[in-house]
Amino acid sequence: MSGTHRLQSGGLIDRGKPLSFSFDCESHAGFAGDTLASALVANGVKLVGRSFKYHRPRGIFTAGSEEPNALVELRGGVRREPNTRATVTELYDGLIAASQNRWPSLRHDIGAVNDRLSRFLVAGFYYKTFMWPAKFWELLYEPLIRRAAGLGRAAGAEDPDIYEKAFAHCDVLVIGAGPAGLMATLAAGRTGARVILADEDFRLGGRLLAERCEIGGRPAVDWVAEIEAELAAMPDVRIMRRTAVTGVYDHGQYSAIERVNDHVATPPEHEPRQRSWKIVAKRAVLAAGAHERAIAFGNNDRPGVMLAGAARTYVNRFAAAPGRRLAVFTNNDDGPRTAADAREAGIEVAAVIDSRTGARVTRVRGRHGVRLIDVADADGRTSTIECDALAVSGGWNPAVHLTCHLGGKPVWNDEIAAFVPGALPPGMTVAGAAAGALTLARCLGGGMTAGVTAAAACGFAIAAITQPRADDEGAAVTAMWHVKDSRGKAFVDLQNDVTTKDVALATQEGFGSVEHLKRYTTLGMATDQGKTANVLGLAILAQASARAIPQVGTTTYRPPYVPVSFGAMAGHHRGRDFRPTRLPPSHAWATEQGAVFVEAGAWLRAQYYPRAGEADWLKTVNREVAATRAHVGVCDVSTLGKIEIEGANAGVFLDRVYANTFSTLPVGKARYGLMLREDGFVMDDGTASRLAPERFFMTTTTAQAVRVMQHLEFCHQVLWPALDVQMVSVSEQWAQFSIAGPRSRDVLAKLVDADLGDAAFPHLGCREVTACGVAARLFRLSFSGELAYELAVPARHGDATIRAIMAAGAEFGITPYGTEALGVMRIEKGHVAGNEINGQLTARDLGLGRMMSTKKDFVGRVMAQRPALLDPERPALVGFKPVDGARRLRAGAHFLKIGAGATAENDEGYMTSVAYSPMVKSWIGLGVLRRGPERIGERVRAYDPVRNGDVEVEVTSPIFVDPEGARLHG
Amino acid sequence: MRINCPYCGPRGNEEFAYLGDATVRRPDPAAEDAAAQFYEYVYLRDNPAGSHRELWYHGGGCRSWLVVTRNIRTHEISDVAFADAGDKP
Ligand SMILES: [Zn+2]
Repeated sequence: MSGTHRLQSGGLIDRGKPLSFSFDCESHAGFAGDTLASALVANGVKLVGRSFKYHRPRGIFTAGSEEPNALVELRGGVRREPNTRATVTELYDGLIAASQNRWPSLRHDIGAVNDRLSRFLVAGFYYKTFMWPAKFWELLYEPLIRRAAGLGRAAGAEDPDIYEKAFAHCDVLVIGAGPAGLMATLAAGRTGARVILADEDFRLGGRLLAERCEIGGRPAVDWVAEIEAELAAMPDVRIMRRTAVTGVYDHGQYSAIERVNDHVATPPEHEPRQRSWKIVAKRAVLAAGAHERAIAFGNNDRPGVMLAGAARTYVNRFAAAPGRRLAVFTNNDDGPRTAADAREAGIEVAAVIDSRTGARVTRVRGRHGVRLIDVADADGRTSTIECDALAVSGGWNPAVHLTCHLGGKPVWNDEIAAFVPGALPPGMTVAGAAAGALTLARCLGGGMTAGVTAAAACGFAIAAITQPRADDEGAAVTAMWHVKDSRGKAFVDLQNDVTTKDVALATQEGFGSVEHLKRYTTLGMATDQGKTANVLGLAILAQASARAIPQVGTTTYRPPYVPVSFGAMAGHHRGRDFRPTRLPPSHAWATEQGAVFVEAGAWLRAQYYPRAGEADWLKTVNREVAATRAHVGVCDVSTLGKIEIEGANAGVFLDRVYANTFSTLPVGKARYGLMLREDGFVMDDGTASRLAPERFFMTTTTAQAVRVMQHLEFCHQVLWPALDVQMVSVSEQWAQFSIAGPRSRDVLAKLVDADLGDAAFPHLGCREVTACGVAARLFRLSFSGELAYELAVPARHGDATIRAIMAAGAEFGITPYGTEALGVMRIEKGHVAGNEINGQLTARDLGLGRMMSTKKDFVGRVMAQRPALLDPERPALVGFKPVDGARRLRAGAHFLKIGAGATAENDEGYMTSVAYSPMVKSWIGLGVLRRGPERIGERVRAYDPVRNGDVEVEVTSPIFVDPEGARLHG
Repeated sequence: MRINCPYCGPRGNEEFAYLGDATVRRPDPAAEDAAAQFYEYVYLRDNPAGSHRELWYHGGGCRSWLVVTRNIRTHEISDVAFADAGDKP
């Protein structure tokens, strides 16, 4: 039960905790401490997937997050997760995984015919083959490609798990918990600095877990345990396991993904599956280690071919044998080390082919797994070696990725034949293998120095620490990229199926720049971002174009360092929780009334209040309008932006931000105000009421509330800081209800303690009152054209107030109305709103030109006088009625002269708002029409090709109801 | 980015809104050539490759308008000051 390839002893697995799992419906056994990949290795499973383009059989290639091949569908049902790297998937009991990109089965895959057609599927094949004709793309090529290529399948249903976002701050962030990272954390932690240690693995130690080595005369894993215990006891050190730092951003900000519960089938209740971190750190130590790279030779992608470091990881950490008879192909000292570790574990070593002697592997044979390798020596003698696994080491690439996220370019280092970090992000130092220090003693020393330095830079005094004793093992390398006399495809990028031939072809066809090569061949563009492939590809490009590698340069490394799920990016911001929903104070009451709600910006507002027997929304809205105009209606208008403005210069300030004048407004009066942008276009409208000589209350539209507040602060702080004026948003503090209709005064008389007679409280009056026993404000303002008031009470009294208004209004037939009826009544009155204040229209366009004072300066005044904005040909606001009263109007329709063709040159303007008017008894609209006000009575076409609309309309005054304004006065 | 608000301390840039060049001054609206000056003030901006004084609004904090001196090439911020603390009338 322990697996055919499980070693009898050793490893950091818990043999006391057996786990069972299934791969492609076949049951297997593993242990706690295994990854899915190590458990597959231990069970002798070599073939784990099919490649992206050629559907070639593939096996496990690495033992880390850089894995290009072993991508599986993890879990099932709604939790199915495609393209999961088996190498970083912790094994748990009951784990289910399946191979992907194969049909009907992994072993017999129809798509593998692509491999035989490969001469047609070379670099640039999409560009070359599918150029023409264009419509074939949609009909043929794209569906074809989508079926043939691609990897796993998404679950196709909503992810039931929780993802969250979190923030952390520290002095020193240490990225990676290998020897360098642990020493850096220890050194910084001992100074008392706040340290975060993040590592993507579930166990600290990095390569120390995978190598047979000693620190201070003891096994390295014992040293790791000791350091881990000391760090765990430090109150200001936080160890974050399963946490990959994915990006570096300006000013010490780092993104990280913590895989909180990916190692269980289902996260415990209320716990997230993953957590997306933003970490702010004064200093960072990058100790991310290095990635081993491959060598390109014939069929170097066959299952059983594996990086040598990964082979050692499986043997030493997981006690899993990659094969029974292992061959090693190397260009550096890791080759002999791999052979030694294998022998020590009882695995037969068939051969060590060291390219430094001139020997090389020219071809791997065995389609579904290594059977034989063809080898040539320096003298050209060839032989064939029998083996079932081949460990390859082409040297190590420092994991420079995070050093490049702010634009740093890595530099070539001849000694290790690899790129090392160049210019670093501010605040970051690099230690250990990531810095190109590939031996253990140098990792420990470099980490210690980096930790001490980082803590000192944050102001912490150096604490006692000594570097433990360790050996500098051999790390000599002689670059060897490509076996030229290979037979069969020699792969550079395994995940995207890019071969040496593709690189050569790209060079030959003129795509010799590294960025062109990447895009033409897709080298390094898969989800592994070419971690095992890029440098190999560059080297082959350099050879093909007779340049040195530093001349070729590298492509740009961008975040995220490892794939990040959409769930983690979204966090809680999905579905209804995508953004907060603001609820007006009457929301609970409106819900009780059965209101239908509509999203208005961030607000959820009552749209209309249907009654039993009303067939559709239009019936309801017509009733609400009719009842308001005949009796009285009430509407929650708390969503308006509300700003309190105070100070000796408050009036002057308002004169400058509004186009019309407010300094002359008497106390106790309100005025409609129009606000322009400095470019002369209308920004917003609303009212301002003078509550005291130095105190105004401003309202803005719901949509522009935040923007107006920002604008006012700009005008005050940046343009006119000398003015004595202060302001504060009170949008949340006041509940405000519009009570409109001929009986509104009667309703209010029952609620407030003030004389509401026309003389004492005329149209556009405002005053502080007591309503229902609380301090309130009353405004005589009308958006509907009726006798109307707005009653404002502290928001906490909003619910009680709407109930009191309804109770008081019952005897007068009070009717609650929603945003639809509100819109109908304002269109009937020709009042502009958000549809008209669209950023493209001026005060003149809206028929409000006379509001622009000529006696003072204000924001937008100068620019509003530009000749083009004064052109009488500009479309201006008018009303519209369908000639055939039964026809419906649509906002967005464009106006054409009768008989004119539907071309852009003939466009005369557009409809901005429409409504069915129960007063006019037909649809009515507002819109802007070229020279509109001069064309009242003319007929034009309202042309709406998107919705097949073409209606003849009559141009009318924008005021459809009560043009004299008689109703305002009740 | 992080901006060190003189009132609130260092905060993430998601708390701020960007406006742009802080060196332009609203022209005298009574000037002879006010139209031309306003045209420049509203539309014309330099795009220096290097240090730039720019306006940021701390809407998610103290609501201060700030003049941030930022190197546009490196994002390095060398100074943050209140907009109304400067050389205003
Ligand atoms: Zn602030």
